[in-house]
Amino acid sequence: MTAAEIVRGYLTQLNRAADALAKREGRTRNLIFMEICGTHTMTAFRTGLHSLLPPTIKLLSGPGCPVCVTAQSDIDQLLNLATTPNTTICTYGDMLRVPGSTQNLGGENRKSKIENQKSLESARSQGADIRVIYSTLDTLTYAQNNPTREVILAAVGFETTAPATAAAILQAHSTNLKNFSVLASHKRVLPAMTALLDSGEVHIDGLLCPGHVSAITGSAIFQTLVEKYHLPCVIAGFEETHMAAALATLAEILATGTPQLLNNYKEAVTPHGNPAALALIHEVFQPASVRWRALGEIPASGLTIRNKFAAFDATKKFNLPTLPDREIPNCLCSKVILGAASPKNCPLFATACTPIHPIGPCMVSSEGTCAAHFKYARHLSHTTIRAATVRERQAPSKEGGFHAYVA
Amino acid sequence: MHTLLDKTIPPQKKHSPFTIPNSQFPRVLLAHGGGGQLTDSLLNNHILPHISNPILNDLLDSGILPTTTNRLAISIDSYVVTPWKFPGGDIGRLAVSGTINDLAVTGATPLALALSIILAEGFELTHLDAVMASIATTAKEANVRIITGDTKVVAHNQADGIYLTTAGLGSIPHSTNLHPSQITTGQLLLLNGPIADHGLAVMLAREFPDVTTTLQSDVAPLNHLIHTLMTEHPNAITFMRDPTRGGLAGLCADLARQTRLHITLDESAIPIRHEARHAADMLGLDPLEIANEGKILLTVHPQHAQQVLQTLRSHPLGRDSAIIGQIDKAEHTPDAICELRTLIGGRRIIHKPYGEQLPRIC
Repeated sequence: MTAAEIVRGYLTQLNRAADALAKREGRTRNLIFMEICGTHTMTAFRTGLHSLLPPTIKLLSGPGCPVCVTAQSDIDQLLNLATTPNTTICTYGDMLRVPGSTQNLGGENRKSKIENQKSLESARSQGADIRVIYSTLDTLTYAQNNPTREVILAAVGFETTAPATAAAILQAHSTNLKNFSVLASHKRVLPAMTALLDSGEVHIDGLLCPGHVSAITGSAIFQTLVEKYHLPCVIAGFEETHMAAALATLAEILATGTPQLLNNYKEAVTPHGNPAALALIHEVFQPASVRWRALGEIPASGLTIRNKFAAFDATKKFNLPTLPDREIPNCLCSKVILGAASPKNCPLFATACTPIHPIGPCMVSSEGTCAAHFKYARHLSHTTIRAATVRERQAPSKEGGFHAYVA
Repeated sequence: MHTLLDKTIPPQKKHSPFTIPNSQFPRVLLAHGGGGQLTDSLLNNHILPHISNPILNDLLDSGILPTTTNRLAISIDSYVVTPWKFPGGDIGRLAVSGTINDLAVTGATPLALALSIILAEGFELTHLDAVMASIATTAKEANVRIITGDTKVVAHNQADGIYLTTAGLGSIPHSTNLHPSQITTGQLLLLNGPIADHGLAVMLAREFPDVTTTLQSDVAPLNHLIHTLMTEHPNAITFMRDPTRGGLAGLCADLARQTRLHITLDESAIPIRHEARHAADMLGLDPLEIANEGKILLTVHPQHAQQVLQTLRSHPLGRDSAIIGQIDKAEHTPDAICELRTLIGGRRIIHKPYGEQLPRIC
């Protein structure tokens, strides 16, 4: 069977389940499923899955793009460090173009002499040593080979990337590497989802849970969401066929009337996750209250470096001041991240903010909702693309309506 | 936790204070060299306005100069690839093939090349010997001679090893007219083989030197293949271009914009190797945006498409050729786009890439 046939099969299954649900509820309503993971967002757009969904099924992006949820103050902190003499920043490629808020509050020794400090990319064009890495261990090698430079790893991402950061810190610890440190902005998925759902601002009918994160954390963590919010949860892999299957499963769970957690990605995900990776995270990091873009400070939602490894914590090593968290004026990223606004609601989208001149992080990361909209769906007519947001006015209903901003 | 959402949406504005005109980039970024939208911005804002003329403004792969007998094609390109040697090729083979292909896709028979070499202090001479041997082999393969050249040496920190520039001269028969203006509704898009091999082979060699892969650059001179096509099918082909930097996506998005015609590509028809798809997936890159060096995209009248495809497939450099899309039956429109019919039957836009290909986080 081809991928097209498989997807068609699942979409038929999805429609059938939606019909069964309508019959049970005595009315037809729109179903909104949220995908948390940025990779799912990308897959849905890249493969054209959105354009195949029936008009009553919406796929909404959640707070799962690591670059997008990184607090503006963390970005500014990184930009200040990047422009400090004798410093090298090692970063994942996605972070390169995230704009700073142009504040410069780093004190006398960090006062930037570089004009127009805007992003790691522009800092690099002005001579800052910024290296795009593929693996955290590349950072260690670079630090070893350049003992006179301070080498700082910009560590972002969820439970998926945290083990690799932990491994690098442990290796630096065991080899007593003095010129390596980490500016850690790691986040945990579950506390963010809980905060989002607690807010009551976003109503969804089911959750497409991230396969990568679940492979590390285990599927069981999502059981809380089923119990507390009566939300069907399905863990899915990253192929378009996996996503279509998971959407069908979500609708089928809804039709039964009993929310539950199902693991559709058993080849990679077990109930209790990857013990080795979890042990690495636990050894090096501790859960802490951290700032998110859009969500503000959420208890236990981040991973900060334990005191034992304080020598590798850039915040402590360089005694970095806490920066105020400034949102970018007019930028709706904070609402887009929550699924509470469509990119098209943003006055900057596709006018001032484009992938060439990004203003907010959602336009920078290839996983960002704005970038995905701009890239894959901007020109397509409303009838062909049912994008990850709701375009038509939809009255909020007690049963689970959605507060849509009207384009 | 502070309030999640305030429901005030700023009023819609046509022009935001953030709109910054061309001065957005006060300095050259790496992405200005990526063959994407930033390269366009560099050309349109800083280079072309100073030297604009009707031949240059066509922005074809070669400049075409009318003479009394036939037309002359001139092309020039610089090569700065790192590492200088990669699976399937090296900077020498790239420099000869690249310029020959730029001549050939405009319908020109390459007559001769000029070669300029910039060497950094410290570059090993055995490596230079290897590059020169590769240049010689590729030039012989293409049956084109290098008739003039230049060398310069710069300090250790002023260049990375070796940079090459090649210029080429070619001759176009009067009967040949390959130009985007010849592209009309209903024509089909043909490609001579799998995409993304070159860009991935170079990227893997650069970023993961320890990884062994079967991926090889497709770099090759295409002038013989193109000569055969033009001889056997003189009236079939309307335009050709090689999807190098910016990949197939950059080329097709440009074509839609230039011709103001909608283009539809069929993902299931676009040849790509299994290994290339997986390598791109692993790096978080779109294979459509990755550079190729031995590929040509042709627009062909539909009634001749099957014969052209046969000819392509009977040539060693076109064995895996395919019809990958078509110029849609749509009116000329300034909003023309290139769309992809995806493997699962969905649709999405093909956009010109930004410039620098950035690996994703997870």
